[in-house]
Amino acid sequence: MKKILLVEDESALQKTLGEVLGQEGYEIFSALNGEVGLRMAKDIKPDLILLDLILPKLHGFEVLKGLKGNEETKGIPVIVLTNLESMADIEKAIELGAKGYLVKAQYSLEEIVKKVKEVFPEEL
Amino acid sequence: MNLKNILSQFDLVGQSKKYGLSVWQSPQFLFLIMGIVIIVSTLTIYIIGIRYISDPTIVALIVLLISVVLFIIATIITQSFERLAEASRMKSEFVSVVSHQLRSPLSNLKWSIELLTSGKIGSVSEKELEYYKILKENSDRMVELISDLLVVSRIETAKLPIKNSEFSLIELTEELIKFFNPFILASNIGVIFNPDKNLPKVFADSSQVRLVVENLLENAIRYTKGKGDILIKIEKTNNHLLFEIRDNGVGIPKNDQKFIFSKFFRSENALKHQTQGSGLGLYIARAIVNKSGGKMGFKSEEDKGSTFWFTLPVKK
Repeated sequence: MKKILLVEDESALQKTLGEVLGQEGYEIFSALNGEVGLRMAKDIKPDLILLDLILPKLHGFEVLKGLKGNEETKGIPVIVLTNLESMADIEKAIELGAKGYLVKAQYSLEEIVKKVKEVFPEEL
Repeated sequence: MNLKNILSQFDLVGQSKKYGLSVWQSPQFLFLIMGIVIIVSTLTIYIIGIRYISDPTIVALIVLLISVVLFIIATIITQSFERLAEASRMKSEFVSVVSHQLRSPLSNLKWSIELLTSGKIGSVSEKELEYYKILKENSDRMVELISDLLVVSRIETAKLPIKNSEFSLIELTEELIKFFNPFILASNIGVIFNPDKNLPKVFADSSQVRLVVENLLENAIRYTKGKGDILIKIEKTNNHLLFEIRDNGVGIPKNDQKFIFSKFFRSENALKHQTQGSGLGLYIARAIVNKSGGKMGFKSEEDKGSTFWFTLPVKK
């Protein structure tokens, strides 16, 4: 069972995303702030991280830097999932090694699930 | 104030980046120019003084007086520019922060509604579905309004990102007509579009132009009440393609026409016939077309219909 770590401070989003991805057969882990997110990534070594940017304790970009700067976690694909949509943020995320950048307001739940499945092509 | 602070004032590129302005607009650059003007005018006055006024004290006093006046003016100008720049930067930051903060609960709403109506967590009665549909439509409207506000903010601070490429305006229009087909059929409207397939491609940002065509097509459909036709034409004129969309809908009253591209403006006719709409669509559309090197305009007659047009440059 593939493991997905959701680093997202909005508990409502944790619930809906967790529910829908759980039904797709993924094992979901939740982190409500950046520090916990970074720690959990090192402990659990998930197959995918969905990472919000505006997070308490540690900003998403700092989490991303931490993940990519660590031997144990640098290979984990990270999709940024945020409502920030400036070019500068998108470019920075890609520069820091994010595999994708999804603006929540522009995607339905179904489309998010599709994007997640694309990370695991062998499952399609 | 240490040396580092003083020297940082002369970092024109850094200072202009701080305000999100180009160098020639930054207060520090303007102040530098003013300084040069002061020096030059002082020297000029000095030379005139040497040639035409013999008493050196008087010359010196004139020079000093003029310098003081120029310096006071310069300081006032620089301070007001700084205030303007700071206000602009704060407004832009405020809009970004607020729109992000508004989008977060809306994303929560949107996805929760989607989950509820999907049937994945239990069945939903038809009546319940009706009301969920209302929730969804209204949260979609709010999301759209926030997106529009963000675009407007970027237009005003000249930060609208444009990524130009070659694309077919015909194909883009055909895609959008297909996208709006259910709406077109439900409105009992005919859309006539028979372009010359040999027309050249345009050179612009295709996702931005999509917003323009989408806005014009949606307006034409919304404001055609009862049976009607929408005629879309694309023609080549000099180095541009001209896109024209004509409807025989409610039209725009003469008194409202000069405001039609203003922000948040909705004509009386629009309000009477159609309660939805932020009044930002045409403002954004025209800004996009202008930034793409084209022009936009319209003609309209109340109760007869409107023709909106825009031009875009053809790839050289």
